[in-house]
Amino acid sequence: MTVPAIELRNLEKSFGLAKIIQGVNLKIEKGERHAVIGPNGAGKSTLFNLITGRFAPTSGGVYLHGEDVSGMQPFEINRRGLSRSFQITNIFPNMTVFENIRCGLLWTMGYKYSFWHMINGQRDVTEKAEQILEEINLTARRDLLAGTLAYAEQRALEIGITIAGGADIILLDEPCAGMSHSETDLIVDLIRKVTEDKTLMIVEHDMGVIFDLADKISVLVYGEIIESDVPDAVRASAKVKEAYLGTTLEEEDA
Amino acid sequence: MNTASKTQAVSNPNRRLISLSSLLPWAFAALFLLCLPLVFQSSAALTIMNQMAITIVFALSYNMLLGQGGMLSFGHAVYMGLGGFFAMHVMNMVEYDGLWLPLPLLPVVGGLFGMTFAFLIGSFSTRRAGTVFAMISLGVGELIAACSIIIVVFFGGEEGISGDRTMGPEVLGYDFAAQSEVYYLTVIWLLVATVLMYLFSRTPIGRIANAVRDNEERAEFLGYSQRHVRWMSFIASGFFAGVAGSLFAINFEILTEENLNLATSGSILLITFLGGVGFFVGPIIGAIVFTLLQTVLGLYTEIWALYLGILFVSCVMFFPGGFAGIIAMHRRPLALGKLNLLVGPYLKVAIPAITSVLSLAAVLEISFHKRHSFGDDHEMSLYGITFDSHGYQALGFAIVIAAISLFLVSRILPSIKAAWDEANHAGDAQ
Repeated sequence: MTVPAIELRNLEKSFGLAKIIQGVNLKIEKGERHAVIGPNGAGKSTLFNLITGRFAPTSGGVYLHGEDVSGMQPFEINRRGLSRSFQITNIFPNMTVFENIRCGLLWTMGYKYSFWHMINGQRDVTEKAEQILEEINLTARRDLLAGTLAYAEQRALEIGITIAGGADIILLDEPCAGMSHSETDLIVDLIRKVTEDKTLMIVEHDMGVIFDLADKISVLVYGEIIESDVPDAVRASAKVKEAYLGTTLEEEDA
Repeated sequence: MNTASKTQAVSNPNRRLISLSSLLPWAFAALFLLCLPLVFQSSAALTIMNQMAITIVFALSYNMLLGQGGMLSFGHAVYMGLGGFFAMHVMNMVEYDGLWLPLPLLPVVGGLFGMTFAFLIGSFSTRRAGTVFAMISLGVGELIAACSIIIVVFFGGEEGISGDRTMGPEVLGYDFAAQSEVYYLTVIWLLVATVLMYLFSRTPIGRIANAVRDNEERAEFLGYSQRHVRWMSFIASGFFAGVAGSLFAINFEILTEENLNLATSGSILLITFLGGVGFFVGPIIGAIVFTLLQTVLGLYTEIWALYLGILFVSCVMFFPGGFAGIIAMHRRPLALGKLNLLVGPYLKVAIPAITSVLSLAAVLEISFHKRHSFGDDHEMSLYGITFDSHGYQALGFAIVIAAISLFLVSRILPSIKAAWDEANHAGDAQ
């Protein structure tokens, strides 16, 4: 049996008396595209924050490739090959688009805290950054300040920064939030392209996106996973329909 | 600024490490600085220029924190002061204990001490940015300033400590007794420190410092510990502050509590902000303007600090980008070839604007004279006019002139705004 890319064991998180995550167990295999869905306030973002080290779990553990990372700082978890995007766009607004991508590259390309390299002289970094800009279709925006980009472009840049470092586990938190249909289609294509051969965990409200993209779906309701299976099974599940999906899915089918 | 960048052409990065165009400004600056003493030969002028050079190094090191790292420090004088005090003690060791150290290398020593203290204090102060960092810097600043009075052996109490820079081994036949020799020593260090700090801003750690400043959380999710990034900037900044302190020790041969108290920390914040924190050259401009204002204005009026304060407040309110920001605002009109549209309106507003500044200053000066002149000294001289400061005529006249000129300025402002919009508008006239 292979070691799962992400494994959550009895993960719990409370804020004061409020139990937000109540004992989540989940295994995500290498190369799997795993979606987490659930109604507002179900704890999806909290789950992401626990996995990525933004919050420390109250109890239970998070394992990346079998290594216990619970309680580690975000940068330590990132160095172990996990990268995430944010629900609210989280970029460097006062830096150019190119520099945003470059910041995502520096650590994994070995420049770390270097003060003995001239950054513009590093051809490998520049080329890699330009290649990523090409992938996310922002080459034409290369030298603009990231804060001046249109919303959809900022979302694409967010994904670009996330994948730049070459992490093999990618977590995307509502990458399509607030986008039009055509923009969503573009972003989904982009996600598919840039996460090829990688493990993907995604939170999204747009059911079209979920069923289009995911190999497996977990349904999170009140901090518990009530179902975790392939899309068709989740769609058919009575428990899920009852708890949450019913109406949405019918709309989707109509 | 936002719109300005939108139309910037997609350019290829400069792939060569050193290109002629990036080297040219440095070479020009170096040449200029080395020729300056040929024009200004008086000892007083050299002192002002040395003071300026020291302030530039100090302000640039401060901007490594504020502008590039997003750390608002209220106690940066600590690192300059400690670097200076250690440099002075080393200078005295050269004189009395026969330590062999050529004077031009003294700033390295001071820099290393500044760096050591930045390492120690930064280990806990850089944990968080924002208010926490600011408060710790304030506390440490107050602490060290208090220590300087208490630990007399090291800091010399209220009198401070002094030394003699000429006692070291001669370098190329110079013993640095003459002011001009010290000028060249200072200027070479200014150039070296400035180039090094500029290069630092273009290294991976320099850029990541910007990233942490803009969005520390995002940087953490890219593999960088925000704390380590800030700490490293802080250590580098401490080194250059120590260099500035050593240059101060060499120039003035005395260090006192004043070199590390909160007033000095406050003024370097003011200088850096005035020059513009968002630009590498900002602190340089700020240091030059501040030193000139301080020394030149100080010759003419006792209330120069008040003017400086007003300048600072109006800068924060109306031009948060500082002097460098004002210059940078004109890049877009320049790129569009429309800078000429602004010349007319600027000239038009210049006369009433200058008049209003001068007349407002006159109001302050007259009021000050009235309150603080000795006994029956009613006679006052301002702008070449001698008058009675205690009468109401002079004050009334100044107020009327100020009101008229301010009114004129307010009438011209809309046309400046229109010209500004037009100059920033790509394409033909609207």
